[in-house]
Amino acid sequence: MISPSKDELVTITLNGVEVEVPNGINAVEAAALHGHEVPHYCYHPKLSVAGNCRMCLVEMGTPMRDRATGEAILEEDGRAKIGWVPKPVIGCATNVSEGMHLRTESDLVNECREGIMEFLLVNHPLDCPICDQAGECRLQEFATDYGRGYSRYVERKNVKPKRTRLGPRVTLDDERCILCSRCIRFSQEVAKDDVLGFVDRGSFSTLTCFPGKELSNNYSLNTVDICPVGALTSTDFRFKMRVWFLKETNSICSESSAGCNTTVSSREGIIQRITPRRNDLVNDTWMTDSGRELYKSVRAENRILRPSAGGKDLPLKDAISQVVDSLSGKRIAVVASCHSTVEEQVLTKRLIDSTNARTFLRGHFGEDDGILLSADRSPNLRGALVTGLIDQYPEDNLNSLNDALSRGEFDAVFVMNEDLVASGINEENLQNVTVVYLGTHSNSSSKHADVILPGLSVFEKGGSFINRSFIIQAFDKSVPGPAGLQSQVTVLAEIIKHLSEEDGTPSELDDIWGLVNNLEGSVLSSLLYSEVKKAVVQLDGSAWSHLNFVEQSALHYPPAMLAAK
Amino acid sequence: MSEQSPKERRIILKHTDDPAYSNRISSYLGVGGYENLKKAFGMKPEEVAEEVLKSGVRGRGGAGFPAGMKWKFLDRKSGKPIYLICNADESEPGTFKDRQIMYKDPHQLIEGMMIAAYAIGAKQAFIYIRAEFHEGARILNRAIDEAKAGGYCGENILGSEYSCDLVVHRGAGAYICGEETGLIESLEGKRPNPRIKPPYFPAVLGLYQCPTIVNNVETLCNVRHIVEMGGEEFSKIGKPNNTGTRIWCVSGQVMKPGYYEFECGALTLGQMIFDVCGGLRPGRTLKAVIPGGSSAKVLRADERFSGSLKDGTAFDWGLEDIPLDFDGPMAAGSMSGSGGIIVMDDTVDIVEAMANINAFYAHESCGQCTPCREGSLWMRKITQRMCSGGAREEDADLLLSVANQIEGRTICAFGEAAAWPTQSFVTKFKDDFIKKATDSQEERNPKSLQLI
Ligand SMILES: Cc1cc2nc3c(=O)[nH]c(=O)nc-3n(C[C@H](O)[C@H](O)[C@H](O)COP(=O)(O)O)c2cc1C
Ligand code: SF4
Ligand code: SF4
Ligand code: FES
Repeated sequence: MISPSKDELVTITLNGVEVEVPNGINAVEAAALHGHEVPHYCYHPKLSVAGNCRMCLVEMGTPMRDRATGEAILEEDGRAKIGWVPKPVIGCATNVSEGMHLRTESDLVNECREGIMEFLLVNHPLDCPICDQAGECRLQEFATDYGRGYSRYVERKNVKPKRTRLGPRVTLDDERCILCSRCIRFSQEVAKDDVLGFVDRGSFSTLTCFPGKELSNNYSLNTVDICPVGALTSTDFRFKMRVWFLKETNSICSESSAGCNTTVSSREGIIQRITPRRNDLVNDTWMTDSGRELYKSVRAENRILRPSAGGKDLPLKDAISQVVDSLSGKRIAVVASCHSTVEEQVLTKRLIDSTNARTFLRGHFGEDDGILLSADRSPNLRGALVTGLIDQYPEDNLNSLNDALSRGEFDAVFVMNEDLVASGINEENLQNVTVVYLGTHSNSSSKHADVILPGLSVFEKGGSFINRSFIIQAFDKSVPGPAGLQSQVTVLAEIIKHLSEEDGTPSELDDIWGLVNNLEGSVLSSLLYSEVKKAVVQLDGSAWSHLNFVEQSALHYPPAMLAAK
Repeated sequence: MSEQSPKERRIILKHTDDPAYSNRISSYLGVGGYENLKKAFGMKPEEVAEEVLKSGVRGRGGAGFPAGMKWKFLDRKSGKPIYLICNADESEPGTFKDRQIMYKDPHQLIEGMMIAAYAIGAKQAFIYIRAEFHEGARILNRAIDEAKAGGYCGENILGSEYSCDLVVHRGAGAYICGEETGLIESLEGKRPNPRIKPPYFPAVLGLYQCPTIVNNVETLCNVRHIVEMGGEEFSKIGKPNNTGTRIWCVSGQVMKPGYYEFECGALTLGQMIFDVCGGLRPGRTLKAVIPGGSSAKVLRADERFSGSLKDGTAFDWGLEDIPLDFDGPMAAGSMSGSGGIIVMDDTVDIVEAMANINAFYAHESCGQCTPCREGSLWMRKITQRMCSGGAREEDADLLLSVANQIEGRTICAFGEAAAWPTQSFVTKFKDDFIKKATDSQEERNPKSLQLI
């Protein structure tokens, strides 16, 4: 398709009012910019235009020109004469140009919408009371706006399959499908896994998987998100919860350095699902299926719920005193983490500096899927660089710590999050040192730890991560942590307070940002936390451009907006 | 085979029904075949296209768009290869003309296509033939082999620099494969879902997103005759804006149904039915005529049509006075479409006829866009119910309203094709629809339905 430059502005007349809009955007977007919603189903800003639902029909006209001379034809009052297209046109495939006239609110347009709504409902099962989409369903919404309120349809409805397993995570109800083809286009264009299609024709058209194939790619649940109706459902979330009971919190996916923007939906402190949130600079409107599963770790069996020392539970205050006792004046190795937030990393750095400890940090690397699962399987390795925790690119192990331990260079190891044995530490080497573990789940580190300090999961605290493109993104606390637990920054601040002579280590995020801003020469020093919370902030990552980052193609995953430029 | 009517002027079908004429190349060469290809190759491609423009020949596939004009819309700046496609999907109910040409005189089509290909500079040409025409595909393939052997098609045509391969592609067995962008999708190996226009105008973004010309079989055959006569001469056949001959396919309750080729405007609908086709069966009277394939709006026998033609002349016609050309049926509020004239006498149950047509469109809708997909099946269900003893008085208005919600709001012209019959049947024969309801009520006498 021809897409003219979208930077220049053109003047169009929208419902009789002259407005400015970027040249070449479609009528749906143009109208939205000026507060006029054009209802639509098949159009999705991140997919190709199919133009099949016909819900977005609008009236369009352009200034008339004389065929022979090419000159504009004028009305008697000197204004350009508008040639209105005799039939309504679809807004999603109508790109604005200078002087275009659009009517998104008129009798004809309303009549079209009412007609389409009626057609969409005649064979629809109307099973909202048992449908997961109810409450966030475009069909329900526009039926309220443009529905007739009664049915003229007395014939039998078509019958189609009610529960087709499309893949391990997606279940399809064909009777609800309005055949918008969004899911098909997503599979072809974004997931690059062309497995969905329609069989049969006319009103009997039925969405299905190609024979012998299934919708099992790691992006399959995005089809559920973009399905405007309740046809595609998440097998995990199906029949679990009415969506209007859900509390929604803005979050950032911690699965990899992609940093997908997410919405965490919870009810009464229990997370029910994670869905992607639109960010045109990071993840468009997509996220991985695997990232959506992460909430399950919150209530996993191996979650650490209480501080302990020597196998005995004890109050957090006492546990911290024990840690202070066992670390003070010792030769300490601190295993920092690229799963920690920027704020935690700032305090970790402070702990290291005030105790003359040495820093170790492990990277977590895997396969790069070229889309939104990047090879760096941690959310905040860039944070470790920016906060000065490390200046070298880490290895995917802690071998150097193991060697140092073999040589007896340390008395104590303070571990954040990492699993020491899985990172290459010889168990024997842990016998003669004190191990303190600050983490959320038990692993080999907690097994060998003398003192265990529980932490909060990413869903139970606020903070920020710096993603693979050096974009810093803040997230909020979605649900409360287990009773009695404190966030990592609180625990770290407490330890630092007792270990060092330094006063005033803050434990509130805003105050930690006060520290951050004092870091000299840091790319963070001019930032305010309130800014980070509000918007996408691109940091200057040039100081680290010499490093060999593991993200390959995914490092440059072009969200549609950037790709278009 | 139709018995030739004495008043016919056969240009396209000149030889088809001659018992001595076969569909082999020897027969074709015997009547001057491929001489016009040679003539065209002696001209510049633009000159050939210019002759076609001058001839005024309009498309015979349904919409009647001037072929020469269509060729001018080709996007030549893109530098992409240009394709020529012959639309041989002929599936409009009531239409059976292209089949005659392909089965009986395939070389005429091949010659027409190679001239057209040369004129537009096509890199490759296709004949997209209706799936059910097994024999037609076999005949065309054999003819193409013969033409290639004679140097009339394929590599270095007539020893020139110009090469253009011609391939027969069997259709996918659906009416919508005849809609040109659906056809293109199908030719690409996909479901024949018609494309949205804009931006996918075939002349700019057609087959494989390259500039493409789609023309009907009869249209492309005419190209051969245009070269033979010259555009100027050709345009003298028929009437201004309605040049050349047309092959009319008459079906329904006439004594001699069949295909008849006439100069445009040379006769009226009445002459066609009563003279050429031998009139109605004994004792019957005319009830309705669909003049251009089932998609065209029906005409009622006792209707009057008045207004003024494009050139300003006023007209006041009965059904029988409608001239058979492009503009006549159009002026009467319908269209000549694909030339399929369907005649219905007084024994026809109009609601049954409507139900039959609706069943076709509900079955053939590709299902892509909402109004056509849902509306066509809804209309089918209503008329089916009406014919099964369940008619209600309000059904007529409901049908009309459903059809109005389809027309002009769909991706392709199938929407109109499905809506026009209903709109015209219901408005023009409302009494028949109401009567169905009254009859239904009598039939529904509860006593007769009691279980015993
Ligand atoms: C639903 C539908 C079915 C069609 N079927 C045919 C067909 O079978 N044969 C044909 O030549 N044109 C058919 N057409 C018309 C084509 O889209 C196209 O206009 C035509 O092939 C162009 O050729 P022409 O300009 O030579 O008439 C159909 C159109 C529609 C909307
Ligand atoms: S399943 Fe949903 S997204 Fe897919 S075609 Fe049907 S309505 Fe559209
Ligand atoms: S109008 Fe009918 S046939 Fe044409 S694209 Fe829409 S659903 Fe398909
Ligand atoms: S949103 Fe435009 S046709 Fe569906």
